[in-house]
Amino acid sequence: MTGKMAIVGDGDSITVFKAAGLDTFAAENEAKARSVLRKIAKDYAVIFLTEELARPLAEFLKRFDEAPYPVVLSVPSKDGSSGYGTELLKSAMERALGVDILF
Amino acid sequence: MSRLNVNPTRMELKKLKARLTTAVRGHKLLKDKSDEMVRRFSVLIKQNKKLRDEVEAELSQTLKLFAVARSVTPAYKAEAAFAMPSVLLKAECGTGVIMGVDVPQITVKSENRAGKLPYAYTEITGEADYSVEKAAALLPKMVKLAEVEKSVRLLADEIERNKRRVNALEYVMIPQLEETIKYIKDKLDENERAAIVRLMKVKGKNA
Repeated sequence: MTGKMAIVGDGDSITVFKAAGLDTFAAENEAKARSVLRKIAKDYAVIFLTEELARPLAEFLKRFDEAPYPVVLSVPSKDGSSGYGTELLKSAMERALGVDILF
Repeated sequence: MSRLNVNPTRMELKKLKARLTTAVRGHKLLKDKSDEMVRRFSVLIKQNKKLRDEVEAELSQTLKLFAVARSVTPAYKAEAAFAMPSVLLKAECGTGVIMGVDVPQITVKSENRAGKLPYAYTEITGEADYSVEKAAALLPKMVKLAEVEKSVRLLADEIERNKRRVNALEYVMIPQLEETIKYIKDKLDENERAAIVRLMKVKGKNA
């Protein structure tokens, strides 16, 4: 199966990935990001989402955790990393193991 | 502990004993599965952490470079330069299995339509070239991270579910069965004793 890849985020953070071959979807706030994600979730296999948008949408993004596809990954935006990815990692680890073995 | 609501008969006893052996065997198997999943999980999560650190560092560098390019070029020009991408990336999606959990496996395929850059060198500053190149180089790693992180999350869910199953067997199902078996045994023994006493009574004097 061949899937497409996309990045959702604010304009400045995603333009460069357009040149690198991703489909880009501009979303300046969480409401917009939510509707964009709803629309593209079926067609794209890999979706990158900037952290600023991923954080408020955490509840919404849980629905993508059940099946292998689509893969939604939060990435830092132009303002740098806010540590959200590490937080997600931590919560998964605590759920599964009960202890923190990394940090 | 509560015991099951069954008739104290030999038939029931036999059935319950069979269920108990199954439950004990299932419990052992699930526990072993849980151990192995945790082992795999800890390997994956270490890999995930390493990848994420790398990706985050490189990505912020890339975006910084790009911000420089943006700042020295008028916005409309930059938009125009990036409007028509020359490369198309496709993800080849398969699924792998880790301990019975379906996980994504993605490989990146790129289709080159025209040169490496989507614009002419004169359109925009050199920083843009670097940032595009870096972004393109970074993408396979980002996809790998996406794959690993999703696997970690799926595996975490499965470990949680499995743990619940193990606990249900260990603390509810098995004690319940054991108690019921004991109850039926007691009851049957009691009946037997009663029958013997009754026989002795009927026979007469030596009772």
